[in-house]
Amino acid sequence: MAINKVFNSFKEAVGDVKDGSTVFIGNFAGPGGTPFFLIKALREQGAKNLTLVANTAGGIGLTLDYDDHRILFQNHQVKKMIASFPFSTSAKRPSEAEKQILAGEVELEMVPQGTMAERIRAGGAGIAAFYTPVGPGTVFEDGKERRYFNGRPYLMELGLRADIALVRAWKADTMGNLIFRGTQRQFNPIMAMGADLTIAEVDEIVQPGEINPNCVVVPSIFVKRIVKVTEKTDFPRHLETDFQVKEEV
Amino acid sequence: MDLTKERLSREAIAMRIAREFFDGAVVNLGIGIPTLCSSFVPEGMDVTYHTENGAMGFGRVVTDEDKAQWADIDLTNAGGQYVYPKPGMCFFNHADSFAIIRSGRIDISVLGVLEVNEKGDLANWMFPGRGVGNIGGGMDLAFCAKRIIGATEHTTKDNKAKIVKQCSIPLTAPHCMDMIVTDIAVIKFTAKGPILKEVAPGWTAAEVQELTEAKLIIAEDLKDIELL
Repeated sequence: MAINKVFNSFKEAVGDVKDGSTVFIGNFAGPGGTPFFLIKALREQGAKNLTLVANTAGGIGLTLDYDDHRILFQNHQVKKMIASFPFSTSAKRPSEAEKQILAGEVELEMVPQGTMAERIRAGGAGIAAFYTPVGPGTVFEDGKERRYFNGRPYLMELGLRADIALVRAWKADTMGNLIFRGTQRQFNPIMAMGADLTIAEVDEIVQPGEINPNCVVVPSIFVKRIVKVTEKTDFPRHLETDFQVKEEV
Repeated sequence: MDLTKERLSREAIAMRIAREFFDGAVVNLGIGIPTLCSSFVPEGMDVTYHTENGAMGFGRVVTDEDKAQWADIDLTNAGGQYVYPKPGMCFFNHADSFAIIRSGRIDISVLGVLEVNEKGDLANWMFPGRGVGNIGGGMDLAFCAKRIIGATEHTTKDNKAKIVKQCSIPLTAPHCMDMIVTDIAVIKFTAKGPILKEVAPGWTAAEVQELTEAKLIIAEDLKDIELL
């Protein structure tokens, strides 16, 4: 029987997320590349004591007209946040996560962004730990092994894996091969590789053979479930274009 | 000290920094004044921009009148601003984006500054007075880009020095600064200490020193900041 990873609803796709899970969430600075419908479904599903791994702790983008992971904080589902950019840049508009972190309700592990990306990549690549040149002589060195290679100091950082990855992609085939659109890609491909159960929210699902195999970004082996977005959002997106231009605009 | 004396605008700081760019340079611009630098690159000079969220070789920030056609949440810079696509542009994942940074392929990284000290240590991630901050991607850039240029007002809003003897907030990276461009001065960091190379028109070296806690070495060829 042909492999078919398509789920008909976001609700079903996150139905079995357990309390205490570690969850990767694709996210950078705004709505692009954030799987808001999966996040919303996870709030409805209600799993508690989650450890979230995402670039931000939600609620700090230029626009807040969408359900990023701040709604999981609002619903008190988070026990720990691993992020590089967790706080609002304005003291007057603290995010929900910020309030809970400062109140001691949520534990924060802040990680330099490149180190966080590489830890996720390593987790997905079967690498236990690696040495990075970023951080020696700063507070981010605390508790880490320092080693010199060719006279330069490096810190040991551990690979990071998750139980669940909620990722956003552009198109999937029914087998789970993924391609992305523009800067939507960000953390999504490495998060897809680093989790036991990767669930992708996509704009379009096509039959095997319709995605050029030369262009696949995330191989289907890393993806377990796919759900198509049917609800319209108000964000500017021109899905008929793929950003390939021959002349400067 | 006349504190009302005219200082350079944020645009002028960006303009001076853009003079450090060169044909073929790969540049990463931080949020704030650094982002403005791309508007002042001379016509015909080919500068490639890199952004942490996984793109290189993209175009300018989309103008308000072009937003209906070109604004797209799937094509933004690190500040979340919409940018134009450009021939030769490419996209990559976050791990590859920082592989580019850590492997020393960024020629110039322009970063915001909260404090720098005499040794060229940079502190720019912890919000003053809040006890919290965002490390973001700045630490990777400060440790690994070939050249770090700071872009900032010379003093804080309440006129405290930003160029200090010792940083009072946690460091982004030690010994990383090459140069800082402020609204009154251009200072180069060297093994001997910070050298005052240029002053804003109308300012003297002594006046700049008065607003600087770190001891400045005055360049023999000290001159006025030239913007063009």
